[in-house]
Amino acid sequence: MTVLIDKNTKIIIQGFTGKMGTFHAEEMIKYGSNVVGGVTPGKGGQKHLDRPVFNTVKDAVKNTGASASVLFVPPAFAADSAMEAADAGIKTCVAIVDGIPSHDMIKIKRYMRRYSKNEKMTLVGPNCAGIISPGKSMLGIMPGHIYKEGRVGIISRSGTLGYEAAQQMKDLNIGVSTSVGIGGDPINGSSFRDIIEKFEIDDETDAILMIGEIGGPQEVAAGEFAKENMKKPVIGYIAGLTAPKGRVMGHAGAIVSAYGESAIEKVEILKECGVTISKNPSVMGETVKSVIEKI
Amino acid sequence: MDIHEYQAKEILASFGVTIPRGGIVYSPETAENKAREIGGARWVVKAQIHSGARGKAGGIILCNSPLEVAQATDKLLGKKLVTNQTGPEGKIVNRIYIEEATDIEKELYLGLVFDRSSESIMVVASTEGGMSVEEISKEKPESIIRSKIEVAVGIQSFQARELAFGLGIEPELISRVSDTIVGCAKAFSELDATMVEVNPLVISKQKQILALDCKMSFDNNAMFRRNKVSELRDKTQEDDKEVFASDRGLNYVSLDGNIGNIINGAGLAMASMDMIKLAGGQPANFLDVGGGATPEKIVKAFKLITMDEKVEVILINIFAGINRCDWVAEGIVQALKKIEIKVPLVIRLAGTNVDKGNKILRESKIKYIEANTLEDAANKAVAVLKK
Repeated sequence: MTVLIDKNTKIIIQGFTGKMGTFHAEEMIKYGSNVVGGVTPGKGGQKHLDRPVFNTVKDAVKNTGASASVLFVPPAFAADSAMEAADAGIKTCVAIVDGIPSHDMIKIKRYMRRYSKNEKMTLVGPNCAGIISPGKSMLGIMPGHIYKEGRVGIISRSGTLGYEAAQQMKDLNIGVSTSVGIGGDPINGSSFRDIIEKFEIDDETDAILMIGEIGGPQEVAAGEFAKENMKKPVIGYIAGLTAPKGRVMGHAGAIVSAYGESAIEKVEILKECGVTISKNPSVMGETVKSVIEKI
Repeated sequence: MDIHEYQAKEILASFGVTIPRGGIVYSPETAENKAREIGGARWVVKAQIHSGARGKAGGIILCNSPLEVAQATDKLLGKKLVTNQTGPEGKIVNRIYIEEATDIEKELYLGLVFDRSSESIMVVASTEGGMSVEEISKEKPESIIRSKIEVAVGIQSFQARELAFGLGIEPELISRVSDTIVGCAKAFSELDATMVEVNPLVISKQKQILALDCKMSFDNNAMFRRNKVSELRDKTQEDDKEVFASDRGLNYVSLDGNIGNIINGAGLAMASMDMIKLAGGQPANFLDVGGGATPEKIVKAFKLITMDEKVEVILINIFAGINRCDWVAEGIVQALKKIEIKVPLVIRLAGTNVDKGNKILRESKIKYIEANTLEDAANKAVAVLKK
């Protein structure tokens, strides 16, 4: 079993018939993802991309047995859709959408506390590229072909910087077990720590590359977890060395507002936690290579 | 999104927070009348700019007559005020807030922020008002007390009371301090704020609890449902280029260096800036044209970068994913037919169809320097400057 998804994972698309939903559902299907249908309220009973459309996530789950969903709904309705997925028994929900208000994210996370640990949905994102297990399945918007099958896990806030890493690794003949984009928002569904924990117990992953950035406590929390609990090596890169304090750098969450949130401080703390730091973004692949050669 | 002090005060007052009497003016003549209308014997003339530390920069003037109020207003209006938060270019003063002076007995600090660790709203209070929260954390960390708000139910009275008692407030004033805390918390939750700060919150000699200076920031992502708040945006307080960018769906931050850059994706943009710095250069900006890097966005990005006179070389770094390098390259070629670029260009493409993309660029008539990796691109941009 890979992290979060495998070849058989049944996937539905929320916001299936919209432009974004249609385009990326097609890309996912081309990649080999098991997309079994989708949800667009009011269009239930229709067919789209040769797959059934349902009015509610509950209907979709009941009729298809889907356990994963990808959200392509506008930001104003995204919180509602994520909670609907959680309530319908979806196990993994990927929110691609950028622009969900932070107050809504807090509400989603509080709402999900009503489920026991075993029943609780894993929300990945928002404002992320999604999840890919190369050669198996893709729940997201990444270019699948740049990921080679292999045994390194990737966790990244940024989409394109994650692609950059995957490409550098592919060029060095290093493959990826699963890549998870956790997104650039200040409050997200899954943190670095949440995902790194899953990689530690995944028997298809030997090492983990963590691509963080300025702002927030999550990179440090993952580093501390790794130091205390992990046997697998962790490689890290933190973007935003040149970012001025107090300014939002594109991602809503990329803002230095407290001690320990700048790139330099995060790098220092991660080093102390035993994480191997890629000294610049051009050598993420080489740094991974140097670490896995020692395993 | 930030708003002015007087706007934050009006909002908080509508949530039951007491503020000194005051009013906004745009000219010295109305300032004098406003002072008479407010009444009293002393007034404070406050320059409205999106920055703290205005006092030290001369933006807050105490006056003893309506005539002095007019003179102070005249002195500040239309001036650029430079504080330790505005950068050297300063911020223009277009609005003046006139307020009755307060006899201060005690200054407190009250702030509300998102706490990213606990994913809740955190109330922060201290007996050491008047200093910035950074200074308080450095010099008097023991004075800081905190309380987490459970967003599902909002702030509870006992939490506000605990904070008020924690600040050592005398019993007869507890309920009024609690009301102030509750008011700020409600405003935070109900208006999609990301920050509310009352600093100082004062106890006056007449035993009033007054919000003497207020700041509020809001979640840009929530403005679709906050029409009234979004109307408070004052573009004169923002960098011209940043306003141009935000109006066109680009993520842009103006910086001090001379290497302009155009990147797709925020993380890759930050990484490219880092690479520039490591190569010995300084980025002139952060610019994310979005993961897709459509030709339209690239045209807009070129327009934006050419507005910046500091820029001596432009570095383009695009990782094409779902979009393809050949398509991105066509976009760059098209853009350069519309816009004349007078500085050298370094272009690095990566990802899908990179060879096709590079071929299109080489066969086009554009003058540029080709780069293969992030490091190569940064080194070449810095090398151009040294020539």
